[in-house]
Amino acid sequence: MDLSSINPILLLASLMVAATPLLLAAVGELVVEKAGVLNLGVEGMMITGAICGFAIAVNTGDPFLGVLAAAGGGAVLSLLFALLTQVALANQVASGLGLTLFGLGLSSLIGQGYQGIRPPPFPKLNIPGLSDLPVIGRILFSHDLMVYLGLIIVTGVWFMLKYTRAGLILRAVGENHEAAHALGYKVVRIRIMAILFGGACAGMGGAYISLIRVPQWTEGMTAGIGWIALALVVFASWKPWRVLLGAYLFGGVTVIQLNLQAAGVAIPVEYLAMSPYLITILVLVIMSADKSSAPASLGRIFHASR
Amino acid sequence: MKLTKLLTTAALALGLATGAMAQDTLKVGFVYVGPVGDGGWTYEHDKARQAVEAEFGDKVETVFVESVPEGPDAERVMTQMALDGAKLIFTTSFGFMDPTINVAAKFPDVKFEHATGYKRADNVSTYSARFYEGRAIQGHIAGKMTESNIIGYIGSYPIPEVIRGINSAFIHARKVNPDVQFKIVWAYTWFDPAKEADAAKVLIEQGADVILQHTDSTAPLAAAAEAGNIIGFGQASDMSEYADGPRVSSIIDNWAPYYIDRVKAVMDGTWTSTDTWDGIGPGMVGIGEITDRVPAEVKAEALALKEAIAKGEYHPFTGPLNKQDGSVWLADGEVADDGTLLGMDFYVEGIEGTIPN
Repeated sequence: MDLSSINPILLLASLMVAATPLLLAAVGELVVEKAGVLNLGVEGMMITGAICGFAIAVNTGDPFLGVLAAAGGGAVLSLLFALLTQVALANQVASGLGLTLFGLGLSSLIGQGYQGIRPPPFPKLNIPGLSDLPVIGRILFSHDLMVYLGLIIVTGVWFMLKYTRAGLILRAVGENHEAAHALGYKVVRIRIMAILFGGACAGMGGAYISLIRVPQWTEGMTAGIGWIALALVVFASWKPWRVLLGAYLFGGVTVIQLNLQAAGVAIPVEYLAMSPYLITILVLVIMSADKSSAPASLGRIFHASR
Repeated sequence: MKLTKLLTTAALALGLATGAMAQDTLKVGFVYVGPVGDGGWTYEHDKARQAVEAEFGDKVETVFVESVPEGPDAERVMTQMALDGAKLIFTTSFGFMDPTINVAAKFPDVKFEHATGYKRADNVSTYSARFYEGRAIQGHIAGKMTESNIIGYIGSYPIPEVIRGINSAFIHARKVNPDVQFKIVWAYTWFDPAKEADAAKVLIEQGADVILQHTDSTAPLAAAAEAGNIIGFGQASDMSEYADGPRVSSIIDNWAPYYIDRVKAVMDGTWTSTDTWDGIGPGMVGIGEITDRVPAEVKAEALALKEAIAKGEYHPFTGPLNKQDGSVWLADGEVADDGTLLGMDFYVEGIEGTIPN
């Protein structure tokens, strides 16, 4: 056992990378749920985004176009969910589960022929001066741009929900859609926009895995991150900063357990492997003791006639 | 009435036709643990399947199911294949062992071939390749090439086959470089690019400049390519798409000759339950081209080692060798017997860490 071989600077840096897909997917789902819609299709939208982004990046040679395509792919898939649940008034749980299964299948289909290919490399942030700073430079200023995009989105969502009229309306729709409707807000339209945003975020989260973190395409490569994102939103009590904390915690423990293994720590590997899930849930459960509850209209079907 | 009769006749004729066809064609099933496009383990098995089709043409019909989880699902897949008329079924992962034995008991007329396992029955053969021979060559190159003296090893599951590979690579790395250390991470998966990439990154962060992998995807090589100045090896397949980067050589599984043999045996009615374990000599294990990143002398040594192993002049597990706890395993000049190798559950002296159980 040799803990000195673990470099805390690299650890913090790789923690942020490991957390980013989860962060993107979770913050998107947070907005969807704040609008009162429960979309269980996050995993399906992520994997669809992963392959759409990968395919476009490979074919155009431009990773940024890939990320855009991933956001588009996730959003288009979520539009299907929006049509089912907001227009056809289908059950949200069943539609969401269906969306995940559909996304997994669709991505395998699109992904035929893309296995074993290397995508174009994604540029990293390099600010002369800042990126060269000892310790902080490596941790904060030398990631790929998507890491920062994730942070910007979280900040933006937090700001919008807390300080803007748009955020207030979104929350009103999520808390009591009849009241919001009575006030003249277009409940269905607002929800569809929230769903599209969630789909785009999940798609980018998926593309982060296929374009940057791994980087290659394989079927089912999101490996359940979408489900963890769903759980994270609940345990984070629908608060953006807690989603960030939970995602970094999860990413951190994931990275640490591998580091401990490589350093030869004598804890059975099985315990290390389950630790990210356990610790993240434990911490967030303790934090969610403040009785903040789910949006009151979460998962309920809205029709203007009632 | 007339139409119905016509249809019935047609259906009957069709049924007879397919029945007659089924007699000439041998249906061969393949159960894969990963996708055929994994670029590694399953990819090579599927290449061998295609070789079978090319060899026998119309006389065989092959079917495969990819990404089958190791568990009850595997049993369902195999049962379905047998019910669909497959007469020979290859199950190509260690974890398919018990499912194969269970299904084989239900279909005594169907022959089964299970890769890398140790349980056999009258209609179940086992086959595997002596990957540890290739690992010896990797260990040699790794020991010579490492500058940090830290070699990272990504293990899948702590089963004898994987432990054998670790030991073989370690013995030969230590032989040429007494300061070399192994850092081992268990991924607990055969195929999960994200996990494999994470493991490779962590090993690189902890100072490893050579990455050996016993998992099936090319993700560790991709991670090595990104980190720069790291070398790695193709696993199960050549993975030559990384030859201009980290990949300096590879272990290639060549199943085609064996598969063709066994299909032929079933056609001729000479199939019996056997246990095959072939290495570099018979060609079941191939060593991918060693790239120019490896110095010429190291390359020559590695090729000489390959020759010696192929000819049977040298066995990678030749004493004196001690177990991790320091107790004597093999005396000077003694060669490990296959029984010990097949059930290997210990590290050799010098490797740090414990094998998870």
